[in-house]
Amino acid sequence: MIQPRFLLGEVATGLRRNVSMAISVVLVTMVSIFLLGLGLLAQRQADTMKGYWYDRIQVSIYLCNEYAEQPNCRGQAATEAQRSAIRTQLTAMPEVKEVFFETEQEAFERFKEQFRNSPIAGNVEAGFLPESFRVQLSDPSKYKIITDQFQTAPGVAQVQDQEKVLSRFFTIINWITVLTVALAVLMAACAALLMGTAIRQAAFIRRREIGIMRLVGASNWTIRMPFLTEMLLVSLLGVGLAIGLLWYAVHLIFNSGINQIAQLQAFIGAHDVWAIAPWMAAGVLLLTVLTSLVTLRRYLRV
Amino acid sequence: MIRFENVTKVYPKSARAALDDVTLGIDRGEFVFVVGPSGSGKSTLLRLALREEAATSGDVLVAGHDLKSMSMRQVPRLRREMGAVFQDFRLLPGKTVYQNVAYALHVIGKPSHLIRQLVPETLEMVGLGGKGGRLPHQLSGGEQQRVAIARAVVNKPQILLCDEPTGNLDQAISFDIVRLLDRINRTGTTIVLATHDQDIVNDMRRRVVQLDEGQIVRDEAEATYHRRTS
Ligand SMILES: Nc1ncnc2c1ncn2[C@@H]1O[C@H](COP(=O)(O)OP(=O)(O)OP(=O)(O)O)[C@@H](O)[C@H]1O
Ligand SMILES: [Mg+2]
Repeated sequence: MIQPRFLLGEVATGLRRNVSMAISVVLVTMVSIFLLGLGLLAQRQADTMKGYWYDRIQVSIYLCNEYAEQPNCRGQAATEAQRSAIRTQLTAMPEVKEVFFETEQEAFERFKEQFRNSPIAGNVEAGFLPESFRVQLSDPSKYKIITDQFQTAPGVAQVQDQEKVLSRFFTIINWITVLTVALAVLMAACAALLMGTAIRQAAFIRRREIGIMRLVGASNWTIRMPFLTEMLLVSLLGVGLAIGLLWYAVHLIFNSGINQIAQLQAFIGAHDVWAIAPWMAAGVLLLTVLTSLVTLRRYLRV
Repeated sequence: MIRFENVTKVYPKSARAALDDVTLGIDRGEFVFVVGPSGSGKSTLLRLALREEAATSGDVLVAGHDLKSMSMRQVPRLRREMGAVFQDFRLLPGKTVYQNVAYALHVIGKPSHLIRQLVPETLEMVGLGGKGGRLPHQLSGGEQQRVAIARAVVNKPQILLCDEPTGNLDQAISFDIVRLLDRINRTGTTIVLATHDQDIVNDMRRRVVQLDEGQIVRDEAEATYHRRTS
């Protein structure tokens, strides 16, 4: 085996002779991995939020009151019998995890709390907001079952589902992911091409050494090793920088502001960056080794 | 040690054969001059022995290897048993004399302690004892060729191939180089030396193989550059 110290010396000389190429490979790798990381993190954000919201997401069945104008109500408040019929039906459904009943008074209190800083809070009186059943499903995406069953049930004014609002939000996140990952793939292709060019240039710069290595009987692996090591060092440096940037971005966006305001744990953090880091590093490793070997095979014939 | 049997070499896109049905045997420990006019196939002969080129037809056997059936992966092992020296020295300009010689051992994975022992020993042997720290451009042509010879023999090859090693050197220096090669030959290394240099051939009186247009026209022991006209 070739001595590691000797190999590192050769690699250092190689990088010094070809600094601009090395820097461009570092930068292109960094940008492509940064974009890929953003896409992956957006997806993790969506997953985190889904988990968070799915725990809290509810289907609301608003009951009729005197102000209700829906045809189902005809201006009549829901009766005690209708109320208990709905409750019985809900608790019997296997899809339903939990059912809460919110009285007019509770709805009013909650509304006041939510809009305490807004002038509309003053315009609303107790009794204006309807009573409702808040239904939590084991699988929130199956909200249609509730809608279908209770939309036209006697005493029901309206069935409202929060999933609809959220799903639009998730669609946006998905688009962000698709876009960044597509850009990342494009950049990765650039990185691979650039690595190929860098290796060819390095092979040209080192043609004397290569000639002598062949003459004295160095194995193909020994001849390729310095190139491969150079490319691995350079591309892994790019990954390292990208991960640092991602960590900093996540830190800036989430850790400082939003989490305090929202008081939620519904946001990704540094641990998500660490979670995707090994995968991205492994991906780059694979890309670098493949690109290098293919290029070396084509341009370094014995 | 080296056998050519009915070897023909035709380079691609070339009408004429560079070597034409050459049969030649060189024994262990021999010192052989290969002479002939420019383009007669001297370098081609050496390149075939080094497996830098493959013969178009015929068999080439070197140090027990049959080069025809040899795969590309086995070529490095063959070359570790041979050394080669050229007219243009082929030293690495950024490395010192010591590093240039050590390079040949490093790239075939020799351990450091062996390198630390072999390199100074070999530099001493070629007469560059105190000059290990110099860069090639700080040496004369003759000294540069000594570095190249040290690099070629540092791994103690069985065969040393020299393609016009004195082509860039003046008379006196050429004699020094050939005497050095002669010393190496006396330690048992087989030497094949392709040259135009009449004086060194005449000085040494060794076996001479003369090529002309790819064919052997003379193969004579203890010979001179030109055929004796008697
Ligand atoms: N790579 C090549 N491609 C095509 N033809 C070649 C190649 N190398 C050599 N030749 C041809 O083969 C013939 C023999 O060349 P070679 O280099 O062996 O001659 P030589 O005896 O070493 O000459 P010189 O004394 O000038 O070095 C020449 O006609 C040359 O033009
Ligand atoms: Mg020649």
